[in-house]
Amino acid sequence: MSNVKSSTIDPLLSLDRVDRRTDKLFRLMVMSCAIFVFVVLLGAVFSMLYGGHEAFSTFGWKFLWSKNWDPVQKQFGALIPIYGTLVTSLIAMILAVPVSFGIAVFLTEIAPLWLRLPIASAIDLLAGIPSIIYGMWGLFVFVPFMALHVDPWLSDHLGVLPVIGALFRGSAIGLGTLTGGIVLGIMVIPFVAAVMREVFSAVPSALKESAYALGSTTWEVVWNVVLPYTRSAVTGGIFLGLGRALGETMAVTFVLGNAHRLSMSLLEPGNSIAATIANEFTEADSSLYLSSLIALGFLLFIVTFVVLAIARLMLRRMARLERTT
Amino acid sequence: MSARNRRLLRRRIIDAAARMLATCAALIGLFWLTWILWTTLSKGLSVMKWGLFTQLTPPPGSDGGLLNAFVGSILMSGLAILIGTPLGIGAGMYLAEYARHSKLGQTIRFVNDILLSAPSIVIGLFVYTITVLRMGHFSGMAGAIALAFIALPVIVRTTDEMLQLVPSTMREAALALGVPQHKVIRQILLRASLSGILTGVLLALARISGETAPLLFTALNNPYWSTNLNQPMANVPVVIFQYAMSPYEYWHALAWAGAFVMTMLVLILGLVSRLILLRHRRQNG
Repeated sequence: MSNVKSSTIDPLLSLDRVDRRTDKLFRLMVMSCAIFVFVVLLGAVFSMLYGGHEAFSTFGWKFLWSKNWDPVQKQFGALIPIYGTLVTSLIAMILAVPVSFGIAVFLTEIAPLWLRLPIASAIDLLAGIPSIIYGMWGLFVFVPFMALHVDPWLSDHLGVLPVIGALFRGSAIGLGTLTGGIVLGIMVIPFVAAVMREVFSAVPSALKESAYALGSTTWEVVWNVVLPYTRSAVTGGIFLGLGRALGETMAVTFVLGNAHRLSMSLLEPGNSIAATIANEFTEADSSLYLSSLIALGFLLFIVTFVVLAIARLMLRRMARLERTT
Repeated sequence: MSARNRRLLRRRIIDAAARMLATCAALIGLFWLTWILWTTLSKGLSVMKWGLFTQLTPPPGSDGGLLNAFVGSILMSGLAILIGTPLGIGAGMYLAEYARHSKLGQTIRFVNDILLSAPSIVIGLFVYTITVLRMGHFSGMAGAIALAFIALPVIVRTTDEMLQLVPSTMREAALALGVPQHKVIRQILLRASLSGILTGVLLALARISGETAPLLFTALNNPYWSTNLNQPMANVPVVIFQYAMSPYEYWHALAWAGAFVMTMLVLILGLVSRLILLRHRRQNG
C-alpha cells in the first residue's frame, strides 16, 4: 500500500477497473457462445433452404406430392419418402407408447423398490446405444425372423381379410415398412419410457397416498391421479419419441429395403426421407438430384422442429405446474 | 352377492389385469433390448481378434482390421469435443448465471433443447452445405465439425443444469466478499460443478462416438491410412454401415466386431458418467 502516495491512481481502484472490464468481456464471451447455439439452428434452416432451392424452384409445390423419383429423367418428388416416414413412425408409436407407458407404471407403482433403480438405469443406458446397432440387429437377426415366421403368417391370415387385407399382402422377404416401424419402435421405447417414468415419479406422493387411503386400486391411482396430473408431460414425452422416430436414419435404412414404390402393403420394401438421403447421397450425380435430397432434409427438419417444439412446450408446462404446487 | 361386492370384484379384476399388462410391457421392453444387446455381444465376441486394432480395413476377400477407422473416429471425436466443450460450457454459463429467467435465456434454452433431439442427419446435411460443398471434397475436419454440433447441445444442457444446482448462498458469499463475477463463475461455481459438467462431456462423447448419419455426408470413408483432416477420413460407424450393407461375409464379421467395440465404449461411458453424477449428487447433498 506504499505506492498509494507515489502514483496518482489508486491501485485498488485500477484493479477494480480491470475486473470490471474483464467482467464485461467475460459476459460478452459467454453470451456469444449462447448466441452461437441459436446461430447453429438458424444456419441449419437457411443452409438447407439454400441447398434445396434448386429442387423447390424446379418442381414447386409438386415436389411435395409427386411420387416420381427418377434420377435418370431428373424427376424428383417427395411423396414416397414422406409416406414411408409417416407410416414407419406411426407403427413405431403404436408399439412404443403402450409399452413405454407400461414400463413407466411398472417402475413407479408396481415393481418392488429394490428392482426400480437397476431396471430404470438399464433402460437409460440402452437409450444411449447407437442407432446403427439397432439397424444391424434389424438386418441380420430381425429381418430373417420376420421373413420366416411373421410375414407369411400375416399374409396368410390378415392378407385375406377385406379392406385391411391390402396392408398385409406381399412377398414376405422380411424387409419392409412393417419391419422398419417395429425396429424404430423398439429404439424409441427407452426414450419415451424414461420421460414417462420421470414425470410419474414427480407426482406428489400426498396426492397418490390420499387416493390410496380412499380405497383406490393401483390402476385407479394411475388412471385418475397420476395420468391427469402428468397429461401434458406425457404428451410431451410421446412427441419427443415421435421426433426421434421421424428423423431416425440408421435404424431404418438397413431394414426398409430402399424401394421407390408406393405400395399399400406394409410387407413390401419402402423408403423414408432419412433412408433416401443416407442411401443416395453419395450417388447423387447431378446438382438437381443433390438439391432434391437436401430439400428432403429441409422438409424433415421442419416437421421434426414442429414436433419437438410441441414436445418441449408440453414438458415445460408440466415443469411450471410443478413449481407452482 | 351384493351389488357393492360385485363392483369391488370388478375393480379388483381391472386392477389385476392392468398390473399384469404393465409387468408384461416391462418384460417386452426388456426382452427386445436384451435380444439386441445379446446379438451384439455374441456376434461381436466371436469375431474379436487382436488384428482388429493393428490392421487396416481390407479390400474384399482379404484379411484386415479396423485400425484406420478407430484412429479416424478418435481423431474426429476428440476434435469435436475440443470444439464443443468450451462453446458448450460458455453457453451453459451464460444461461445459468446471466440469463436464468430472461427472455433471451429461455429462447436459447428452448432452441438448445430442440437441437438436442434434432435428427443428426439434418446436422450432417447442414455441415455438408457449409463445408464440403464449399471446399469441394469430403474431409475429416467437416466430420469433426458435424460431431461438435451434435455434442454442443448436450454440454450446454448439462452445464446449465449443474450450475443451477450450485446453492445460491455460494454465489452470494463470494460476491459479498467483492469477488468479481467472472471469477465467481470460473473459480468457484465452475469448480463446485466440475464433476457434473464432466458427465455432460462424457455423455456427449458417448453420443457422438456412435453417430453415423452425419459422417456419411462429411467425413465419408477412407480405405487407407490417413490422419490428414483435409482428406476423407475412415471412421468406425461409416465402416460398419458400408461393411454391413455389403454382400461379403468377411466384411459382416468386421462390422460386428466394430459394433461390439462401439457398443462397449458407449455403455462404459454411460456407466462412468452416471457413477460420477451419483457421487456429485451425494457430495452436494
